[in-house]
Amino acid sequence: MRINCPFCGLRDHAEFAYGGDGSVRYPPLDAPAADWHDAVFLRANPRGMQTETWQHLHGCRMWLLVERDTATHEIRSVRAAHDGIGAALRGERDGAR
Amino acid sequence: MTRYSAWSVFKNGLQGQRNWRRAWRDPEPKREYDTVIIGAGLHGLATAYYLAKNHAARNIAVLEKGWLGGGNAGRNTTIVRSNYMMPGNRGFYEHSLRLWENLSHELNYNVMFSQRAHITLLHTPAARDAAARRYNTMLLTGSDAELWSLKKLKRKIPHLNYDSARFPIIGAAVQRRAGNARHDAAAWGYARAADQLGVDIIQNCEVTGFAREANRVTAVDTSRGRIQARRFGLAVAGSTSQLWAAAELGKLPVETHLLQAFVTEPLKPLLDHVVVFGVGGAHFYISQSDKGGMVFGGDLDWYKSYSQRGNLPAVADAAECATSILPCLARVRLLRHWGGLMDMSMDGSPFICKTPLENLYLNAGWNYGGFKASPASGWYFADLIANARAHPAVENFDLGRFARGVNIDERGAGPDPKLHG
Amino acid sequence: MSATRLARGGRIARGEELRFHWNGRELRGFRGDTLASALLANDVFLLGRSFKYHRPRGVMSAGVEESGALVTVGEGARRDPNVKATAQELHAGLRASSQNVWPGLRFDIGALSGMCARFLPAGFYYKTFMGPRRVGGTRVWMQFEKLIRRAAGMGAASRLPDPDNYEHAHAHCDALVVGGGPAGLAAAAAAARAGMDVLLVEQDFALGGDLLHQPPAADEKLRALTAEVEAAGVRVLTRTTAFGIYDHGVVGLLERATDHIARPGAHQPRQRFWTVRAKRIILATGALERQFVFGDNDRPGVMSASAARAYLHRYGVRCGARIVVATNNDSAHQTAAELAQAGAEVTLLDAREEAHSAGGELSARMRDAGVRLCAAHAPLRAIGRARVRAVQTATAAPGNEWIPGERMRCDLLLVSGGWSPAIHLHSQRARPVWDDALACFLAGQCDEPITVAGAAAGVWNSEDCERSGAAAGRAAANAPGNNAAPAHNDGGGAILPLYEIRARAKKTKAFIDPQHDVTADDIRLAHREGFVSSEHLKRYTTLGMATDGGKVGNVIGLALMAEALSKKIAEVGATAFRPPYTPVALGALRGRSVGEHFRPLRRTPMHRWNLEHGATMTMAGLWHRPWYFARGGENIEQAYQREAATVRAAVGLCDVTSLGKIALQGPDTAEFLNRVYTNPFAKLPAGKARYGIMLRDDGLVLDDGTTWRLSDNEYFMTTTTAHAATVMAWLEELLQTRWPELKVHATSVSEQWAGCALAGPKSREVLATCAARADAVSNDALPFMGVVETELRGGLRCRIARISFSGELAFEIYAPSDYACAMMDMLWGAAAPLGGCLYGLEALGALRIEKGHVTGAELDGRVSIDDAGLGRMASTRKAYIGSALRMRPELLREDRPQLVGIMPKNRRKTFNAGALLCEAGRGRDVSKHGDGWITAVTASPALGHWIGLGFIAGGADAWRGRRVVAADPLRRGDVAGEITSPHMFDPDGKRMHG
Repeated sequence: MRINCPFCGLRDHAEFAYGGDGSVRYPPLDAPAADWHDAVFLRANPRGMQTETWQHLHGCRMWLLVERDTATHEIRSVRAAHDGIGAALRGERDGAR
Repeated sequence: MTRYSAWSVFKNGLQGQRNWRRAWRDPEPKREYDTVIIGAGLHGLATAYYLAKNHAARNIAVLEKGWLGGGNAGRNTTIVRSNYMMPGNRGFYEHSLRLWENLSHELNYNVMFSQRAHITLLHTPAARDAAARRYNTMLLTGSDAELWSLKKLKRKIPHLNYDSARFPIIGAAVQRRAGNARHDAAAWGYARAADQLGVDIIQNCEVTGFAREANRVTAVDTSRGRIQARRFGLAVAGSTSQLWAAAELGKLPVETHLLQAFVTEPLKPLLDHVVVFGVGGAHFYISQSDKGGMVFGGDLDWYKSYSQRGNLPAVADAAECATSILPCLARVRLLRHWGGLMDMSMDGSPFICKTPLENLYLNAGWNYGGFKASPASGWYFADLIANARAHPAVENFDLGRFARGVNIDERGAGPDPKLHG
Repeated sequence: MSATRLARGGRIARGEELRFHWNGRELRGFRGDTLASALLANDVFLLGRSFKYHRPRGVMSAGVEESGALVTVGEGARRDPNVKATAQELHAGLRASSQNVWPGLRFDIGALSGMCARFLPAGFYYKTFMGPRRVGGTRVWMQFEKLIRRAAGMGAASRLPDPDNYEHAHAHCDALVVGGGPAGLAAAAAAARAGMDVLLVEQDFALGGDLLHQPPAADEKLRALTAEVEAAGVRVLTRTTAFGIYDHGVVGLLERATDHIARPGAHQPRQRFWTVRAKRIILATGALERQFVFGDNDRPGVMSASAARAYLHRYGVRCGARIVVATNNDSAHQTAAELAQAGAEVTLLDAREEAHSAGGELSARMRDAGVRLCAAHAPLRAIGRARVRAVQTATAAPGNEWIPGERMRCDLLLVSGGWSPAIHLHSQRARPVWDDALACFLAGQCDEPITVAGAAAGVWNSEDCERSGAAAGRAAANAPGNNAAPAHNDGGGAILPLYEIRARAKKTKAFIDPQHDVTADDIRLAHREGFVSSEHLKRYTTLGMATDGGKVGNVIGLALMAEALSKKIAEVGATAFRPPYTPVALGALRGRSVGEHFRPLRRTPMHRWNLEHGATMTMAGLWHRPWYFARGGENIEQAYQREAATVRAAVGLCDVTSLGKIALQGPDTAEFLNRVYTNPFAKLPAGKARYGIMLRDDGLVLDDGTTWRLSDNEYFMTTTTAHAATVMAWLEELLQTRWPELKVHATSVSEQWAGCALAGPKSREVLATCAARADAVSNDALPFMGVVETELRGGLRCRIARISFSGELAFEIYAPSDYACAMMDMLWGAAAPLGGCLYGLEALGALRIEKGHVTGAELDGRVSIDDAGLGRMASTRKAYIGSALRMRPELLREDRPQLVGIMPKNRRKTFNAGALLCEAGRGRDVSKHGDGWITAVTASPALGHWIGLGFIAGGADAWRGRRVVAADPLRRGDVAGEITSPHMFDPDGKRMHG
């Protein structure tokens, strides 16, 4: 696979480390155990397009959100997981959008 | 039905091999069964067999979307072992190994279980200590285990890399009763034996949905029509989350990953044991099939996938591992590589359990370990379905264990599915 | 002599004669030969024995689809079994031999199995070899297995380490063209002329593909095409096989760099594995001629018609004098005529009624060429053992029946059963579809930018292939998204779909897969037994699983199964051709990642310094770290005990560089640390360090380490060696995905700082000597857990924290990596005169076990903070990662195994880590896993006997007064033990505060 890192360009996936399901919203640290149970242990595990996290481990070390088809490996989009860093990359300043 | 034996092969030889009959029937699905098992992989077939054999259950169907044994049953690296340590896992896998030891006779089908010894290479004193805990546990719980010195290992396998290994070998942890088996034969053996006990194995019959009434499943919709039953068992590695969602049950502690497997050209005997090594982040296992191919595998491709199609980095990694422990393999040629779908669970351990629906049962989450586990998996899953309660041996193979905090993670890798290879 | 090298012709270098050895006999060939062509030129037909029945095998093709001519090439550590003689380039001194024969090629004991063949059909081993049921178990099978394993396999691999080198190379291109025949050459030239960066790969050593197999007139065309390719700037790799297409246009290539050279230079890799990233892929991989099968069609001397043509025109070898050509299509006619022109006596059996093809014209043409034509004829059975000497023909009758006809003498039997496009690479991406008109599988619909051209797309003749390739090349350049393959034509000459010639009541073996000895009857047996899906068929009969991957035979197997099922081939399906297209040496795939470069070795910046000072190294993850520093004739036990004792009595130095080091900067760092550590960090003042524990989300321990506050907004974190990378990525994940609002920057500085632990009662004295300002490291300036950034003498900048792992007064000192040795020289210069020592991991272990400090041996990913006896470090006043799930009921049970110390009851005894702790006297019934286990042991110089750390149910308090046994049946048996607090030495910690 090839992943188009928004910071570095198109690179082999071996430079990246797969994180996990990017749709998981982790609850606040003081949330009840049940909420944490669901976030940590349960997965939708879709066959098809899913948003997932990858880290450009052997590159810029940015965490990315990748829309990828888990059946075909087709990649639809890649963006920085951190909105602020993503905006900075696009040359936007706070509030400029 | 013909009983298989040397005599039957000889007799048929005289008759031009014309009198063999189908190994299993190809029945049309009935509209209603007592029990429907979804998935004719090794786990589903073994379940049907033990339901009929151990629990005298009748009127059972196994529904398969493709051809039986076509998932991981036919895609694995065929290793059978029981070197598990955690309470729960230990007894379960030991039971499975014992079933393997007599499986060819039980099924009247030669599954070619070769107890050629499973040899885990050790590289550091710390690894030896960790292995000692595991193998001591095995000895104390009725299994077999040995620690081999370097000297003994050299005598047994002289051509391992003892001289220039990146991670020098200091000895090995050995389970002699472990080994490998012929994967397809196990699936076919269970299919044939289940069929003989009256189980309908229905191939090319894909389950597309569940008909529910309150807290029960009343029927499944399939590509060959609606099929009703009193109870349902789900054993569909690689499709578990999809059918779980189809039954409107939400999410599971499972993520589906891709594991590649490899076989070389056939060679005269080159390696007489199963050899495993894991050090420095590497993970590798190899044995030689009876046909002569070196069969091996390593780590996952490290990303979620339903594609059954891996990529080159994992291929190169497996080749690096292979040649690092057996330097003569560098000239040996890779003949084929392929991928299988692993339902990786959050703690590396499986599920044989009830579900929120009272007549639906779940068998899933086998990670890397499904092949060796299949006899016991079928055994205890049948027991669960027949008695509607979990046998104590599998009481922690339930979905509630994460909420309880039960820890049966053999690797201690934590709640990340990809780390449980 | 029937096969002969013609006096003229062929595309070989006749001026360059090569001597080689076949089964010890010296033979001669020419540069440009393959091993197969050279053997045939010497009239050598019998080359080996088959897999199962040990039947004689010879050359069946002229390419990589070969399933007969498998030989062993080379000797000693360079022995290569299972080499296809048809694809092995000849070189001077090449040594090749037969395989799967014993004691010899002509008299082979294994051939006995062929005589029992009737009892050994497909899958017979599933039905027998189990032994008596009442005996059970696997013992009987395992006796048979030994015999079966010996009989199976093909060639024997060397057991010696492979002495050759391999490389992994990388490339990018706009278009990768696979195949250097007319279609591929035209495609590459067209795409390159249109401005694309094109890489053309050809598995053969020469470009040209089928043009090389045509009469000399084709040379002009070949020259023109290759000139165009060169002029257009195409990069060309010959001897290079594209073996697999992977995701997103990644293609694996294998380049055989020196397999054709007698004595390669020492600098040259044997093979090179390329990873190519191609924007577009054009597959011009040609087509493979298949057979139809008939009785004993595996005899040496039976080969494909196209192979005989290749041997004639490329190698100048006429493979027979009296030749029968059997065909069901037009492609073999030309071959028949050309062989006749080359002086052979040729009979053409065309299975079709004459009207079927070119009518009377064909008959006339053949007659003009001197070929005898028998329409509606086919071979029923080949006659001969080690070499075909006649053919029993048959004539077609209505209803797919064949009636035995005359017997014809021959020394070569050529078969053309039609063509299978080489769509193997494409089938890795999309399921092939059956084409009824062409009677072959074509590439299926695929959403990736892959185009198929030429014969691979079902275009049969060279001119059309060239046009097809040029169109594909242009299309690639113009419309990168366009995936339409050029329409195929039927190339003239309709094929009669024909897969087997069989007469009623004739019992002979017709081989579909000659390498694995899969016969037509095996397919029917599989059908009878219900193994009807294409995958079951493959697995049950092993069809297509040999080293040729079923390139020729698979279609026939499917066709016969379709016939048995009364279905169409399309309904039976196609088995997937998995990568690699042809087998690839594992050495090539691993490239240079071998030896030290397999998981590259990590060394600390004072590695050499350590070695120069007597270190024996050990493996710690990927690192080499000092294990112990033996003095005089000390062994490891003596050395580490002396080192540990010296640390407690005086002072010691230890390289701790491999710890993970992370710089954390930013205004929210305190808050961040407070969330990731279980203990409070919010109020850690500048100039102080704190020991901290991190949990995973699931509430179990992830890692421990220290974090130093250097200033308001700057921190320095250390992690364990084992988890350095994990913790770094974890912190980045948290900052970038979960808590983007926190203004914190994390940077790995593991490589930037070299670390040394300085421990022992005299450590401050050493430090004071070395520090630029002694008052900077006084007890006041640097109290317990204090941090200073200061300089050592000579202006060597460093960071020092007063941290103790050993339980002594101790410091961790970090200097820039470049100054690691300078730091060590200085510290050692001060420590040595004070009676100090250098110490390694073994002594470090002894010291920490005495103190009950945990490491990875205890924190194995299954341990809670309470289990580790560190529950007091879990804050109850804040939430942190893992705090919610830490409180799950099973994790709070009182009877969980908890960290304890253990001592042998008899203090003179020793025990091992990995022993299980069991209550004495309770026996060890099989349901018991014991009550605990030992994680680490050491001889304790401070206590004067062996001690250990471990876990036991309920912890030390629950075992007061109870007898315990360290059970170690693997090694030394039982040792009576005594459970204590894990803090076995100086439990109050007075020494480190001193």
